[in-house]
Amino acid sequence: MVELTLPKNSRMTVGKTWPKPEGATNIRAFKIYRWNPDTGENPSLDTYFLDMDKCGPMVLDALVKIKSEVDPTLTFRRSCREGICGSCAMNVDGINTLACIYGLDEIKGDVKIYPLPHMEVIKDLIPDLTHFYAQHASIMPWLETKTNKPATEWRQSIEDRKKLDGLYECVMCACCSTSCPSYWWNGDRYLGPAALLHAYRWIIDSRDEATGERLDELQDPFKLYRCHTIMNCAKTCPKGLNPAKAIAEIKKKMVERTI
Amino acid sequence: MTFRTDRAKVLGLGSAKSGADHWFGERLKSVALIPLTIIFVSIVAPLIGKDHTTVISSFQNPFVSISLILFFLVSFKHLEEGLQVVIEDYVHSKGSLLLLIIFNKLFCWTFGLAAVFAILKITFAG
Repeated sequence: MVELTLPKNSRMTVGKTWPKPEGATNIRAFKIYRWNPDTGENPSLDTYFLDMDKCGPMVLDALVKIKSEVDPTLTFRRSCREGICGSCAMNVDGINTLACIYGLDEIKGDVKIYPLPHMEVIKDLIPDLTHFYAQHASIMPWLETKTNKPATEWRQSIEDRKKLDGLYECVMCACCSTSCPSYWWNGDRYLGPAALLHAYRWIIDSRDEATGERLDELQDPFKLYRCHTIMNCAKTCPKGLNPAKAIAEIKKKMVERTI
Repeated sequence: MTFRTDRAKVLGLGSAKSGADHWFGERLKSVALIPLTIIFVSIVAPLIGKDHTTVISSFQNPFVSISLILFFLVSFKHLEEGLQVVIEDYVHSKGSLLLLIIFNKLFCWTFGLAAVFAILKITFAG
């Protein structure tokens, strides 16, 4: 059955409270999830304090400042710091988002930061995305063709290219899939909103010649039909995309080819 | 311990190549239940408090008995399909899953057919 309580080794404990910066007048508290696989201890919530007059405006700026100036053991992924790479996805103030494009001014009170929900944690704010990436690979995220390769390029009209808008922008940060209760309960078999959005991106691509095979692979009670239009995916997507709509379009295509 | 690639774990036993009929059927039945429920209420509500003979004679109208039979058949089939989705969502042990799906089908078909039998009995036997 579904587990409604945290397993014993996942229960949070009160962590360390780090010293406040000296001489600062504009101080803000950051409560951050910590877990180290090497100690064997339960995860804890550490409290850090930053001088906001000397901190950048985004959540990632604060994390980088903590790592640089307070606690170098704090572990998180980051790369582009402008919402393109999808590395710094985490749960900030109860919302799955990219720390680099989420403003600290959008948060009231203490800033609470956890890793993406319901994923195995590798360390601190780093979730294990191995299965998530394998699910993405399983939907064949590439152009599949049977016609001989054209001498120049696969042509696509401006209208057909427009159909990919709102789909191609996905950076695979996993915010949507890890916000989805269906993915929490059945993530081993349900592909989740991110992989399904990518699946639809190739299904709708006018140049692709494997639409039928793609739909065949998705027609499964678990791979596709665990989506119950809860819409957390669309609400949380830091890029403003709508995976729920893409999934609904796939479901429509499934019906379209039978009637 | 087994050594399986991440891709193999995702692919599992492959696509069941089914699910679209279940999903579309459930939605069609929800839409069908809108007029059927209105008809059901408009037939049954005026009969509350009426005497036995009035009830029997109203059931002998074919529109009434067929509408009621359709209402119960569609309702119980919709219930069966909906409950199966809930069971698949929350029950993860294969044994319990299979048992509950069988029990669900048995429950819905038994009560659905019992309702149909009751309507036919009133219609034809009074």
